[in-house]
Amino acid sequence: MAPHDIRRPFKRAAISDQQKRRELSLLRQAQNRRDAQQQARCLASSILSLQSAAPESQPEQSDTEIETVPESEQESEAFSKDLDVRQASKLRGPEVRKWFARQLMLPEWMIDVPDRLAQDWYVFARPAGKRCFVVSSNGTTVSRQRNGSILHHFPSALPAGAKIRDGSGSAQSYCILDCIFHELDQTYYVIDMVCWNGYSLYDCTAEFRFYWLNSKLEESGACNAPSHYHKFRFSAVPVYNCDSSGLYSAYTGVVPYAKDGLLFYNKHALYQTGNTPLALVWKDENCSQYVIDTDGKGEIPSQQQVVLELQDDRKLVTSDDPPVLFGCLDGDIIEKSGLHTGNLLRFAIGDGGLSFADGKLEKADLIYLGKSNRARAFADSYSKVLFQFMVRHSPLKIDDLLASINSANDQEKTPSDIEMVG
Amino acid sequence: MEVTQVLFNAQSIDGTVRKNAEESLKQFQEQNLPGFLLSLSGELANEEKPIETRKLAGLILKNALDAKEQHRKFELVQRWLSLDATAKSQIKACLLQTLSSPVFDAHSTTSQVIAKVAGIELPQKQWPELIGSLLSNVHQIPAYAKQATLETLGYLCEEVSPDVIDQDQVNKILTAVVQGMSTSEGNIDVRLAATRALYNALGFAQANFSNDMERDYIMRVVCEATLSPEVRIRQAAFECLVSISSTYYEKLTPYIQDIFNITSKAVREDEEPVALQAIEFWSSICDEEIDILEEYGGEFTGDSDVPCFYFIKKALPALVPMLLETLLKQEEDQDQDEGAWNIAMAGGTCLGLVAQTVGDDIVPLVVPFVEENITKPDWRQREAATYAFGSILDGPSPENLIPLVNVALTFMLSALTKDPNSHVKDTTAWALGRIFEFLLGSAVDLPIITQANCQQIVTVLLQSMKDTPNVAEKACGALYFLAQGYEGEGEPSPLTPFFQEIVQSLLTVTHREDVGDSRLRTAAYETLNEVVRCSTVETAPLVLQLVAVIMMELHNTLESQKLSSEEREKQSELQGLLCGCLQVIIQKLGSSETTKYAFMQYADQIMGLFLRVFACRSATVHEEAMLAIGALAYATGADFAKYMPEFYRYLEMGLQNFEEYQVCAVTVGVVGDISRALEEKIVPYCDGIMTQLLKNLSSNQLHRSVKPPIFSCFGDIALAVGEYFEKYLMWAMSALQSAADLSTHIAGDDELVEYTNSLRNGILEAYSGIFQGFKNSPKTQLLIPYAPHILQFLDGIYMEKDMDDMVMKTAIGVLGDLADTLGNHASSMIQQSVSSKDFLNECLSSEDLLVKESAQWAKLAISRAISV
Repeated sequence: MAPHDIRRPFKRAAISDQQKRRELSLLRQAQNRRDAQQQARCLASSILSLQSAAPESQPEQSDTEIETVPESEQESEAFSKDLDVRQASKLRGPEVRKWFARQLMLPEWMIDVPDRLAQDWYVFARPAGKRCFVVSSNGTTVSRQRNGSILHHFPSALPAGAKIRDGSGSAQSYCILDCIFHELDQTYYVIDMVCWNGYSLYDCTAEFRFYWLNSKLEESGACNAPSHYHKFRFSAVPVYNCDSSGLYSAYTGVVPYAKDGLLFYNKHALYQTGNTPLALVWKDENCSQYVIDTDGKGEIPSQQQVVLELQDDRKLVTSDDPPVLFGCLDGDIIEKSGLHTGNLLRFAIGDGGLSFADGKLEKADLIYLGKSNRARAFADSYSKVLFQFMVRHSPLKIDDLLASINSANDQEKTPSDIEMVG
Repeated sequence: MEVTQVLFNAQSIDGTVRKNAEESLKQFQEQNLPGFLLSLSGELANEEKPIETRKLAGLILKNALDAKEQHRKFELVQRWLSLDATAKSQIKACLLQTLSSPVFDAHSTTSQVIAKVAGIELPQKQWPELIGSLLSNVHQIPAYAKQATLETLGYLCEEVSPDVIDQDQVNKILTAVVQGMSTSEGNIDVRLAATRALYNALGFAQANFSNDMERDYIMRVVCEATLSPEVRIRQAAFECLVSISSTYYEKLTPYIQDIFNITSKAVREDEEPVALQAIEFWSSICDEEIDILEEYGGEFTGDSDVPCFYFIKKALPALVPMLLETLLKQEEDQDQDEGAWNIAMAGGTCLGLVAQTVGDDIVPLVVPFVEENITKPDWRQREAATYAFGSILDGPSPENLIPLVNVALTFMLSALTKDPNSHVKDTTAWALGRIFEFLLGSAVDLPIITQANCQQIVTVLLQSMKDTPNVAEKACGALYFLAQGYEGEGEPSPLTPFFQEIVQSLLTVTHREDVGDSRLRTAAYETLNEVVRCSTVETAPLVLQLVAVIMMELHNTLESQKLSSEEREKQSELQGLLCGCLQVIIQKLGSSETTKYAFMQYADQIMGLFLRVFACRSATVHEEAMLAIGALAYATGADFAKYMPEFYRYLEMGLQNFEEYQVCAVTVGVVGDISRALEEKIVPYCDGIMTQLLKNLSSNQLHRSVKPPIFSCFGDIALAVGEYFEKYLMWAMSALQSAADLSTHIAGDDELVEYTNSLRNGILEAYSGIFQGFKNSPKTQLLIPYAPHILQFLDGIYMEKDMDDMVMKTAIGVLGDLADTLGNHASSMIQQSVSSKDFLNECLSSEDLLVKESAQWAKLAISRAISV
């Protein structure tokens, strides 16, 4: 029986880095497993919370519908219906992307200036970054990008966004924010508020939503600097009435983020998922780095490119509802390239360009390039194609917008004159 | 067979002779075990035989009864138990007889053999007369017989667990042992043997320590033994005190004052081995009190097992000066010697534990010592002062420490560059590391690092990396904690501007000529890892540049050829560090979409290097490379399929590595990563993987901790391949079912409960993956036959009431998955289960949000299944 060794670690850290590496790996694996399971169950906490928050949800649709109905027809369907867990939970891979993409309100591109811009619209500079849904519930916060992938999983000061608040973290409490994550300052810029603290804002006007956003976000502490229980800073963006000074401020004003165009929101519009003409995006070189679309290599192609969906009768259409017809595809190409209905195809617009009659598209000079990138969920929208076309040929300038506001102002001031002329 | 000759030959210097002898012994053992054991015990007992053969006979006997490997040990025990009773009693008689041999080697080996036999037989209620006959020996006249008997009792107590010996016999053993220790025993060897025996017997003395009179007696004798003129007895007696301090902490109050006097005298005056034990007594008391205070948060309630008696707090005014004195007794070169352990080191370690135990109270007792000594010309005083300061940084409140640190920091930075003594610099760098380790971070509002001093801190640390290897290693360590202090902070890290410089310096350290002789290279790479882990988005391009650099390093290790075995070992260690570093980088860059995209350009090359690392080890795969591949699979996603044809055999090799079960466990985790990355593309490899996993489950040689992750891995695979899992369903389900049965009815210690819960969690994750994988498949009905058992299992573990939150969450999730996938096929079954009512309700009102979330899912899924 020899004496017992009593040596203790001296000037040594309690844990080795190798052990730390192992543990971090296990943590990552457990997290990935949880994500995979949740995706299978479609138990993203958002869905359950939304489910319970949407008692007005429409009667259940049949199971098959989601797989067979072409997406273009679903774009405008009500959010509540899409929230049915039973349907959402069946989604895998590309369907998940489509499902999430459908939850966001997507602005159309501004191809002409809407009436009553100064009276009925807000304007603000859109932050450059990743558009995502931020959902806080049950003590955690998850941000999901348009393609459904999780951007961050983190604690936040949003109601129910971290595990520190007792009481306020009831099951009914949750938030859904429409955000753009700005990489450079690691900030979520909140561009719209969809649900706050269990209260749904879907059916509220933009006017109310923006008012609510500005008062509640600050109050919650979500705009504070990051800390242990609040990993990312949130920030509202300055929103202006779209009169000439408001438009000018949004266009030239200094903001802490890189701008990517201007967003126009109709004050009376409810939060509508999918493409809507009640939200518009516009940009030029002064307020965005990305005015003209680039190709996969980040270069501007010499000819404009568009992605269209191939339909049954060889028709090529946009993602709008109803779809806009751009032309028909040669039967030879369909056969040679093994194309099917529903394929998304890439075209260049040839020298013939687009021609219009009565404000409607009459003819497009399309040159077939091939199938589009697999990650694409939708064809281009009509407004996007047109905006891109105009940018290359006769762009809608900031002066045009200002002029439109000013001329409308003049008209407002002299309503009787108009009557007299009429 | 002439055993003596063979035993002689077995110790021959001639290799051939030795080998032949060993071979014939082995044959003898295999062909005639009772004969073999009898001959050996006869040899051992025979006073006419030479010492060498008797000793070897005893050793072989011992090895025929016990082995390190669990399954081998089990086998040997079974073989002994099945031996003929007559042979056994003959052998045991020989052994008892040999115990009284005057030849030291004979009786000393015998006492160990007897303990081994006792270890097998006493739990079986055999050899009841053993303890009686040993105790009758204690009164024998020859001192050597007494000594041998006490040693045997000591070994016996080490071998068997307290519950197999009656209290009556325990009393007799303790009486004999304590009498042997007492001052009335004239023979030093007997007293020493008794003192060492008591050390092992203390675990048997629960009842005796509850009896005031008996406890007083034992404590008196132990304390007296600490004053023995024989140093070995004093040392053994202090060892007993150390053991008592943890086993009978709550009984110490009446003795603590005396023990303090004894220990402090020993620390100041006695020889080092004794002084070290005396310090260890207080370190051990600290361990106890830290545990108690941590568990109860300082508030003693009626439910608490053991109250805190605050011995350390009460002893503080005398204890701290005693420990500070020891700090001045450094050895010249202790920092260069990995194995060093001396009184200054033990005292310093104890001081750190005291600080953790009492917190703020230690500060005013140590600060004057630091102030007085820190500028003295004698390096010992400067070093002791620095060590004292470093050791109190963990424990006291930051509010109390930070003002001190802000004063000390400039001085320390200057000492680290300018002090002429390497020992002082080593300790200074270590103390800086402690400052960063315990005082940085978001919990504390008072800043230590400012824009103003950050530059200087970094410069000094990087400069110290060029110092002697031990100082450089501590400087790396300090930088590790400095980087860690800004981990996960949202705001820009003040280290960001220095990122490139830091990385460059660390890489330079790894190329130092003298890097191989110490821990320095490991420290440099570990620090590099932490710097990468804690880097921010601004420095992502620099991390990306690092990929190519580390890849080149790894490539270089693969080019060197014709290495000696020692060089090969060093090379493998370096490859481990480089793979570890790549793993950290991959995980970092893979966690954000933008950096992941940029990183992917290297994926092919990195994978190529990992495969070469595997290839240059013949028998085993490299754990670090395997971990790195897991991270790579996660980052690569479905594209990982292209590496599978070449990687697969290493994956299989990893799964087969039972010896290094960590490697096996890591590989199982990687199978999960690959399943999630490849989804249905993993199908071609599933046959091999599933076969191996099932084999692993049924093996009793594989460490049990690997089994729960294997079950979880079933779930990962099933979720990835969907209905294709049908092929394995029967086998997987049957393995799950039998594991489930085993994990329902358990009774045992905390460790077993913890293991059982991890096993349940694995089983449940497997069920979840299988149900979700089969969802919406026409083959869903294949699962229906398994549903009753699964529901029973859920009910079963619910009734046991010993689930932790993790299991609760997974279990209630499985209920949801079952309902979700089977729908109305299972609705009546579900409605009949307890789980769907009480268990579900309990989970719905759980405090744990993950449990609640799972329960809400289950509720929803069940309501749908029932309503359809």
